[in-house]
Amino acid sequence: MNYINEMTLTFDSHSINEGFARSAVAAFCVQLNPTLDEITDIKTAVSEAVTNCVVHAYPKSVGKITVWVGLTKTREIDIKVMDNGVGIPDFEKAREPFYTTKPNEERAGMGFTVMESFMDNVNLSRNENGGVIVEMTKSLERRRAVMVGGEND
Amino acid sequence: MQVNSKVYMDTLYLQISGELDEHTAHYARSAMDSQLDAGEYKQVVVDLSGLEFMDSTGIGVLIGRYKKMKQKNTPIYISNPSAQADKIFKMTALYDVMPKIN
Repeated sequence: MNYINEMTLTFDSHSINEGFARSAVAAFCVQLNPTLDEITDIKTAVSEAVTNCVVHAYPKSVGKITVWVGLTKTREIDIKVMDNGVGIPDFEKAREPFYTTKPNEERAGMGFTVMESFMDNVNLSRNENGGVIVEMTKSLERRRAVMVGGEND
Repeated sequence: MQVNSKVYMDTLYLQISGELDEHTAHYARSAMDSQLDAGEYKQVVVDLSGLEFMDSTGIGVLIGRYKKMKQKNTPIYISNPSAQADKIFKMTALYDVMPKIN
């Protein structure tokens, strides 16, 4: 895939960084001139993925979370949220609506369902250390793109 | 994240504003619970007009309050959700247990 612009952020798995991550991703995506609804969808999906890392990947420690975003000329946004945490034993189970491994903590078990509903595509894989890679894509509706330098228009 | 409350005609209104996520959920739970425990109400209305962001963590928080108040047979209603919150509530069938009112 040819990206016209990419960014990578790595930060500690403190819950306060959930707001930072979703706002940073949203700010980066603004250059593709998305609708407010599209930006809200992206913020929500990123928040879900980063929250999973904070709560599940590093349950008893603080680890690193990396968020990568790539923008294409055809107005597609690709996002990867990656951790080096404890991993997810069963991806299928994790994606089931209302499934949670922490039923005593008032958790809805809807994180992946929300990601799937708000993005076009959500894919789960493992890295070489067993950490999780959540890959999500969203195609923005056809609007005139605004980008510094005008190189994509 | 802020939780404000007022009581009018035996109804407790909880106004939630700011961003509700994993980071603010703990505060939201205890702030809502201290108001819910402060008196006896006929019903509770959770007003989300000031809520700027919510992810599915918010569902867990709301369902927790629903379960708590169900023991007292006190119904909880949702009012003024944003389009984004509305989408999450419909997806999770939250309105089945906490109906939306105007």
